[in-house]
Amino acid sequence: MAAEGAHEAAATHGPMHQFEIQRIIPLELFGYDVSFTNASLFMVIALLVIPLFYLIAMNRRALVPGRLQSTAELSYEFIANMVRENVGEAGMKYFPWVFTIFIFILVLNLLGLLPYSFTVTSHIIVTFALAAMVWLIITAIGFMNHGVGFLKLFVPAGVPWWLMPIIIPIELISYLIRPISHSVRLFANMMAGHAMLKVFAGFVVGLGVLGGWAPFVFLLGFTGLELVVAFLQAFIFTVLTCIYLNDAVNMHHH
Amino acid sequence: MDPQAAKFIGAGLACFALIGAGIGIGNIFGNYLSGALRNPSAAPGQFTNLLIGFALAEATGLFGLLIALIILFG
Repeated sequence: MAAEGAHEAAATHGPMHQFEIQRIIPLELFGYDVSFTNASLFMVIALLVIPLFYLIAMNRRALVPGRLQSTAELSYEFIANMVRENVGEAGMKYFPWVFTIFIFILVLNLLGLLPYSFTVTSHIIVTFALAAMVWLIITAIGFMNHGVGFLKLFVPAGVPWWLMPIIIPIELISYLIRPISHSVRLFANMMAGHAMLKVFAGFVVGLGVLGGWAPFVFLLGFTGLELVVAFLQAFIFTVLTCIYLNDAVNMHHH
Repeated sequence: MDPQAAKFIGAGLACFALIGAGIGIGNIFGNYLSGALRNPSAAPGQFTNLLIGFALAEATGLFGLLIALIILFG
């Protein structure tokens, strides 16, 4: 009986339980379910945390920055340098947009590491919406800057003409698949990492006080690794956005 | 074969994609390290490229993992 109860508890709180979406305030609009869920809650928290952090950090603008102010300035410099290196000065007008993407994903990833919190970026629909937004905006920028000439992106320079029937479809597919690979990378990293943490947490509980120490030490190390991954994935999402932006702004013939 | 068993075997097979991701990521970091030890002054400039390569190599493995998850929970 006790074993059955434990099994049931494990089934309801398995490694995938953390990804379940719970309705906090059920809402319906024109037949669509637009409930305020735990995912919405954590996005709202992120939207509150970000301006609050920057307001507090930049409140007393000292010439010699304190700890908070240098964190805020470092994050600004980090993304500004990334845009300048990858897109050049012409890309600096898109800097606010790139910076927003980076900070939003980073804060969502870091919030997800808190105990009992919810990782919004571990849902493919969220990352896909972000990646699709990036893809649509960049395609629009490309057509606005270069007109129909943007289609030359799919015709690499220096390729013999008889290879064109093969190269153009490949280039086209690799362009169209970008939002998928862009979103799956972030989603799968966050989801796999959090599921793995929960699996090892299950080992700690299952092995008890005597044997639980070994997976516990492992778990501590993995939590540190997840902290790195949370930052790295936000960084990579932003770098790839910059690289795609570079295609649209500068159209280097590759 | 029991369809449930076939499902689990399929999910396990899909995880083979992670072999390639492991080889790829190991290659990238190994080559970066050997290059960085030969010419340490050029290493910081290539750090972004290292992470991009890492992300691209990792993505292929994650696609396999995604398929495993779709088989299991989809």
